[in-house]
Amino acid sequence: MLYGLKIATRYLTASKAQTALLVLGVAVGVFIFVFMSALIGGLAEFILSRTVGDISHITIEADDPDPPLLIHRDGHVLAAIERGRTRTATLSDAATYLPLIETVPGVVAVSPQIGGAGFLARGAQVAQVSVTGLEPGRESAILNLRGYIVEGSERLGSGIVVLGETLADDLSLKLGQTLRLQSSIGASAVLTVGGIYSTGNGMIDASSVYVSLPTARTLFALPQGVTRIEIKLSDLNAADATALRIAALTGLDAVPWTDGAEQLMEALNAQAQTGYFLKTFALITIVIGVASALLLSTYRRRPEIGIMRAMGAGRGFVIFVFVTQGALVGLLGGLSGAALGYLALLPFPSRDAFEPGTLPMDITQGSYGLAITLTVIGAILASILPARSAARVDPVTAIGQ
Amino acid sequence: MTALLQVSDLTKTFGSGEAETRVLRGLSLTLAAGEMAALLGPSGSGKSTLLTILGTLMKPTSGRYTMLGQDLVAADDRALTEFRNRHIGFVFQFHNLLPDFTALENVVFPTAVREGRETAQARARGRDLLVRMGLEARVNFPSSNLSGGQKQRVAVARALMNRPELVLADEPTGNLDRDSAMQVMDLIAEINRDEGTTFLISTHDEKIAGLCCRQIVVGEGVVTG
Ligand SMILES: Nc1ncnc2c1ncn2[C@@H]1O[C@H](COP(=O)(O)OP(=O)(O)OP(=O)(O)O)[C@@H](O)[C@H]1O
Ligand SMILES: [Mg+2]
Repeated sequence: MLYGLKIATRYLTASKAQTALLVLGVAVGVFIFVFMSALIGGLAEFILSRTVGDISHITIEADDPDPPLLIHRDGHVLAAIERGRTRTATLSDAATYLPLIETVPGVVAVSPQIGGAGFLARGAQVAQVSVTGLEPGRESAILNLRGYIVEGSERLGSGIVVLGETLADDLSLKLGQTLRLQSSIGASAVLTVGGIYSTGNGMIDASSVYVSLPTARTLFALPQGVTRIEIKLSDLNAADATALRIAALTGLDAVPWTDGAEQLMEALNAQAQTGYFLKTFALITIVIGVASALLLSTYRRRPEIGIMRAMGAGRGFVIFVFVTQGALVGLLGGLSGAALGYLALLPFPSRDAFEPGTLPMDITQGSYGLAITLTVIGAILASILPARSAARVDPVTAIGQ
Repeated sequence: MTALLQVSDLTKTFGSGEAETRVLRGLSLTLAAGEMAALLGPSGSGKSTLLTILGTLMKPTSGRYTMLGQDLVAADDRALTEFRNRHIGFVFQFHNLLPDFTALENVVFPTAVREGRETAQARARGRDLLVRMGLEARVNFPSSNLSGGQKQRVAVARALMNRPELVLADEPTGNLDRDSAMQVMDLIAEINRDEGTTFLISTHDEKIAGLCCRQIVVGEGVVTG
């Protein structure tokens, strides 16, 4: 069908201005498609990184068993053990699970932690804090502590505490000064301020402190085990599936970040729907444009089609010529539209450098291949109707003898 | 002489009811191989209709048509397309050439469309034919830039491309001046003489008809002379 391709190409190059306009129209549609993909994708990325970039993607916490009750035969509660002020449930054999979880595809970091409540005391000043024990050397596995450090270092060692800027200000604490941390179970330790961070999150900056895992063990009297395991994934969107996988593998209660984030997911979904809607519209415009242009062309070329048929060109040949024209227009428009889209996206900051106030376009999410493929398919579909009408041309009336 | 084609009791009716036009009314005709015949008759007598039926571009309402031993009334579109390509050449009065292609590309079309590509062999034959038509200097000319007479000579060359047994020409010189018309007719006569190709040429021009060995006159839907 090389010859059909030649005829199709000639038809397109014969009326250059018209073809250029048609290709331009298709390119604009593809441009919109690419631009929308990059915007919707970038926006989702931006929103997710702002909301869940710094949190655990999958969290495993020990089941906190309900306190036992003593119940009379007739249903009266005779005695109840009050729930303790501290969380006592632990993942006692966490150590055996950690290597297993690390092998799950998509897991980029696993952070065993001991969390609890405590009081920070410096002189007469006291502040209630939430204490988290982290593995030394892996301090930034979940929350990017290193990135938020404003003074000192995030490195945790024995006798070191890292705390937020607001808290430090409240207690007039400086780097290198000492303080006393008392846990909710009454144990206490004297610690030195090794680093001060500022995350921009008020809660964390004002009431979270980080110590090393061994220090936390002492504070919370947990010689072994941890209270929670936080897991970070390479793909946020894989959290649900990966959580199921980890649960199946370990039998632990792995909770993805999406649990309790329904509103966020709904918003992102609605945004994606809007994107699909606009992209579908762009494709429909392309299909209508190509179909009408080719339909006009088949009408204009009726006498020629008649001549070709009289010379022994079959209906299949005529269909091939017109469908090929559609495919070529789709390919040219798709390529140039995708290239235009890429060029237009270049000036936008990269996804790691989104600045508030600008559109968070993500050039890597332009769906270029998809845009080109769908455009070519759309253009081919659009050319079927004109091609069929061309093949049905009656040579006798077309030649008009 | 052997018969190349034979039609008998051919009828063609257009429309129905009030608008019914019975153009051919039981026409019978035999063309011998190697004949050069003129088709005459008043305007509206059905010359073009007969030529398009003989060219398998249109089916008769009734009647029989065989050529080279094949029944062309019963054949389907695919078979007729193939048959036309191999055995019948056309020269029309208007709308003859593909305007976006050169003279040579037009001439090789019937071969290229069958073979799926333009072979060097086909191009060589196309060039020979154009040289023979006195168009050596116009081989790679865009066909839309050719004069009327040149266009008709390119059309004749194209009609001969696949060495068909029959060439049907519907007023091929209808819109040419006398000199160009005579040039085209001389070339047709030469091909007929040298290669034995059968020609059937419709015309209103007695002088052109006089160049043919046989005159077929159509009137009232039948052959009258
Ligand atoms: N598709 C059609 N539908 C209806 N009537 C038709 C059609 N084609 C031809 N006719 C009629 O058939 C008759 C014969 O037409 P045809 O073109 O065969 O005549 P012709 O002999 O070639 O005339 P001319 O010398 O003017 O070319 C005319 O009356 C014409 O109106
Ligand atoms: Mg006529």
